[in-house]
Amino acid sequence: MLTNFPLTPPQASSYAGEYDAIFYALLILTIIFTVIVGVGVLYFVVKYKQGTDADRSRPVYEDLRLELSWTFIPMILALVMFYFGTSLFIKMRVPPADAQEIYVIGKQWMWHVQHSNGVRENNTLHVPAGKPVKLTMISQDVIHAFFIPAFRAQMHVVPGRYTTMWFTPTQPGKYHLFCSMYCGTQHSEMGGTVVVMEPREWANWIANGGQSQPPLTLEQAGQKQFNQLQCGNCHGVADGPRGPGLQNLFGSKRKLADGRTVIADEAYVRESILRPHNKVTAGYEVTMPVYDGQINEEDVVKLLSYIKVFGKPTGVPAASPTSADAAVLNQNGGSMTPYAANAIQYQESLQRRLDATPTTRRRNPAVNAIAAQEQANP
Amino acid sequence: MSAIPAETSLRTGAKEVEEVNYLNAEQSLKSWLITGDHKRIAILYLISVSFFFFLGSIAAGLIRYELTSPAGFVLESETYNKVFSAHGIIMVFLFLIVAIPAVLGNFLLPLQVGARDLAFPRLNLLSWYLYMIGGTLIMGGIINGGVDSGWTFYVPYSSMYANSNVAIVLVGIFIAGFSSITTGINFIVTTHKMRAPGMTWFRLPLFVWAMYATSVVIILGTPVVAITLLCVALERMFHFPIFSPELGGDPVLFQHLFWFYSHPAVYIMILPAFGVQSELIANFARKRVFGYHFIAFSTLAIAGLGFLVWGHHMFISSQSMYQSVVFSLITFLVAVPSAIKIFNWTATLYKGNIRMQTPMIYALGFIGLFTIGGLTGLFLGSIGTNIHLTNTYFIVAHFHYVMVGGAVTAFLGGLHFWWPKMTGRMYPETIAKWNAALVFIGFNLTFFPQFIVGFMGMPRRYHYYYFAPEYQPYHIMSSLGASVLALSFIVPGWYLTQSLITGKRASANPWGAHGLEWETASPPPTSNFLQTPIVLDEVYDFDPVAEHEASRSARALEVPHYDAEGTNTKETHES
Amino acid sequence: MAAIAHEGMEPEGQAYNPARHHEALHHQFEDIDQQNESYLVGMWTFLVTEVMFFGALFLIYTLYRSMYLKDWFLAHEALSIPMGMVNTFVLLFSSWTVAMAVRAAQLHDRKQVLMYLSITQLCAMAFMVIKAFEYTEKFNHHLIPGPGFGSHPEYLHGANPNFAQLYFGLYFTMTGVHGIHVLVGIIVIAYLMAKWIRNSPMVTKDYIPTEMVGLYWHFVDLVWIFLFPLMYLMPKP
Repeated sequence: MLTNFPLTPPQASSYAGEYDAIFYALLILTIIFTVIVGVGVLYFVVKYKQGTDADRSRPVYEDLRLELSWTFIPMILALVMFYFGTSLFIKMRVPPADAQEIYVIGKQWMWHVQHSNGVRENNTLHVPAGKPVKLTMISQDVIHAFFIPAFRAQMHVVPGRYTTMWFTPTQPGKYHLFCSMYCGTQHSEMGGTVVVMEPREWANWIANGGQSQPPLTLEQAGQKQFNQLQCGNCHGVADGPRGPGLQNLFGSKRKLADGRTVIADEAYVRESILRPHNKVTAGYEVTMPVYDGQINEEDVVKLLSYIKVFGKPTGVPAASPTSADAAVLNQNGGSMTPYAANAIQYQESLQRRLDATPTTRRRNPAVNAIAAQEQANP
Repeated sequence: MSAIPAETSLRTGAKEVEEVNYLNAEQSLKSWLITGDHKRIAILYLISVSFFFFLGSIAAGLIRYELTSPAGFVLESETYNKVFSAHGIIMVFLFLIVAIPAVLGNFLLPLQVGARDLAFPRLNLLSWYLYMIGGTLIMGGIINGGVDSGWTFYVPYSSMYANSNVAIVLVGIFIAGFSSITTGINFIVTTHKMRAPGMTWFRLPLFVWAMYATSVVIILGTPVVAITLLCVALERMFHFPIFSPELGGDPVLFQHLFWFYSHPAVYIMILPAFGVQSELIANFARKRVFGYHFIAFSTLAIAGLGFLVWGHHMFISSQSMYQSVVFSLITFLVAVPSAIKIFNWTATLYKGNIRMQTPMIYALGFIGLFTIGGLTGLFLGSIGTNIHLTNTYFIVAHFHYVMVGGAVTAFLGGLHFWWPKMTGRMYPETIAKWNAALVFIGFNLTFFPQFIVGFMGMPRRYHYYYFAPEYQPYHIMSSLGASVLALSFIVPGWYLTQSLITGKRASANPWGAHGLEWETASPPPTSNFLQTPIVLDEVYDFDPVAEHEASRSARALEVPHYDAEGTNTKETHES
Repeated sequence: MAAIAHEGMEPEGQAYNPARHHEALHHQFEDIDQQNESYLVGMWTFLVTEVMFFGALFLIYTLYRSMYLKDWFLAHEALSIPMGMVNTFVLLFSSWTVAMAVRAAQLHDRKQVLMYLSITQLCAMAFMVIKAFEYTEKFNHHLIPGPGFGSHPEYLHGANPNFAQLYFGLYFTMTGVHGIHVLVGIIVIAYLMAKWIRNSPMVTKDYIPTEMVGLYWHFVDLVWIFLFPLMYLMPKP
């Protein structure tokens, strides 16, 4: 029952606990004042309702002591609350020096996140638990706001200037990420998930270019596909009774059942997978099913790569994405407004700020992307 | 006023001319459309704001209906955005800012200060026409394609990205803004210069104080938002780059200028409600308002401090941290005058002679709802807690508690209280009482769940929330409440209209209330007072002790007295 | 509560009071003094709203100028100081003539009032004509903000086209809003002159309406007195 009617958001950042303490203190204060006023009103209404025989003699119309006390008691309480609220605010706004920097770019209607080693993700944010994270954010178009309720963290993302927010996630898990500043048609869908991982898990994730496992090479993917389709039932290393062997097949000369001789190039392999009846190897019946329409070109490419290296040990060249990929950002940069033609001036001020900051920031893909964009639109 | 028995020469004077009043003096439509009479203009405003309130409520109903499902099932996202924008724009600019000042204020201010009219009657009529032109442009924009920038018009979305009728709606708001300004000037001059002999500042009813403070806020704030929105319209129509970030303009500057007006605008909506509230509490507790001077000065304090807190709408907008701290401090301070008022109204009930009639039920409901609305404001004024709550349903719930629980409740209470004065007819008391309770229930059911779902993180202005289904129960509760609330707004529309024909005729002072407006006939003659009144006694000069004694002996002797229906029983028997 | 007077009648036991029977008195006022005070309070309140209205624009101006001082200085060189100067003197002179018109109204000198108001009117129109020449020049030089802005960069005097566009956006907004105020002034003065020509007691017997128009016109001048140095006479940074 309670899981269906949660009353509070999860507490998943270092300051969420303190936040909630202040929130509940305010809540208790609110309840106390509401009850005082409510009970007072009801009591007076019942007691002094017309027709009751309550004592109404010597009515009071002004009382300075009373007025001053309900001026100054709320004022003092207000100042106390102000103190706690402000000290929390300062804590929430001043990031620790060792915070790890992540760049966030908002645009209609997605979040684009860039980690410092170049890993990019859209509408998700992976962060390690227990380590402070600082987000440096900017918008490409309108004002957005980056909001993670579980962290009690929210900040506007403004075009033309960087804003920052920081948090230390505490609980591994998945949390809502929202754009909370109205930004147009798909505003409500501009969100996603914040994934908090154990630090070691996260280290793997970031080292693998944003995947929990190292990404499969094309050959590995082809092998997987090969096994899924159970090709091995007929095709082995050497020629078998039901199908020809695949080792060293690629590039070799093939004798076909109709007498032709062809070179086993990419086209041949593709044709033989999709429409095996067209080029039947000499000595075999057409028993292989037609895969045309069953598997897509992507799968064919995987299989092709696997067949090329069939029987040999597969290499593991897990290439990490390069920062050049960040040029994706340019795709939407140019055509937004009538002003685009005479340059996006704010980048000049950006560059000025960048020049003054340490090199770690300059190496960051988000910044490189903006710099690249600037060169593209001088 | 009370020192002299009710049957004075003035009342007799009023009775003699009961046949001719401002409503029936001239009958033609033209006589209404070119009238300079503040009472007729108030009626014109009443009809117009009711119409716009109806339109805004339809939009609200659509929003609530749509949000019962996490994935939406009636509207497209674009339409949904247009609907919530329409709701905000209509309710803020065409209803809340206008309702109490232009309807009750227009009607009562000259009557309460003892003047024959406002200082500038033709300006007053111009104000209504400006309002109607502005309203027509706004509605034109909304109906003919819609506007999807929200009522806040944040740039650069509104200036460059929104693909809807932003410009025409901005022009409409600009024009409607001048309607506010002319009303404000009229009220200030009338309060300063048109008070009847003997009507000193501290004999003014608190409603007049409230209208005066409101007018000061209007004339200082409205021009700023007018020119700001005009700049956005120019940017949109002619590419004048005032706030464009691409050319070095500052979108956050727009927010500063916008909230410099729009925060005080909250006080334009709530200060008049405070004024109505003071009148209702005093009359139905049959007692002078406790701490009259404190309420009057706290009204001015709110109007003044209200101009120094706009930055609390921008704590996370990238304004400087130090700025935020100062704005937060002043925000906490501006809460104090509101607290003073709440305590004073409560204290007024002490040793009163309380009559539980419809306006009083609204007034007591106001105290409860405004207390919650005001205190939840502290969650948002405290910068630390603001960070998580701003832009969520928490803020939606907070300002609806203040705007609907405060301003609309007070408007309904005031409308019932002064209905006999405005129309000369009594409304049906029993159904009105039950309906007042229904407003209270429906309202809380609608908006209380929004506090919870807001704290949980549901952002405002969201069409879909299928990715967070845990919010749905609260939305369903809220939508259920909204249908109750809608019913409770339809019912008064029906019975008040009906009372125009079938309602009991009201005497000049059916409540036994104090104040110059009750010294003249119901409805008043065109010139308000047949003779210029002289004020000899203090404001709210009720005597609960004597009244209590009188009603006790009255019960014993069966002489006329005011019964719970607010009418003089003897008169009722005669008629 | 006691009654003292029926509308338009003397209070009981009081002598005839001419202030209650003034020809220019409107029905809602007790006497002419109340009416005049109300008019003046109303006019000053209106001017306060006007100050706030222009105040927002001056605030935007101040902020951006401090941010883009150098480029704005370069952009402002496109404005013609002689034309602005002439306009300043035209408006200052019209302020004097309107003050003389108010004085003549106080002295009930109808001929003089009309003469001074006519000169004021001519000045106002001269101002608008000069402004029109200036606007035309900016238009021909592609200095109107928008897509075609700065297509002839020689008129930008080396300023960054974006910041220059910001400058001209504000220039046209501020002088445009001021120009609309001048136009409204022309209409109001024409209305006042018509009243004087028709010898309406509303103006001939009571100088306050003329003074109100004068106040408005002084305000319009005052705005220009601020606009001229801010827009035309920027110091070299």
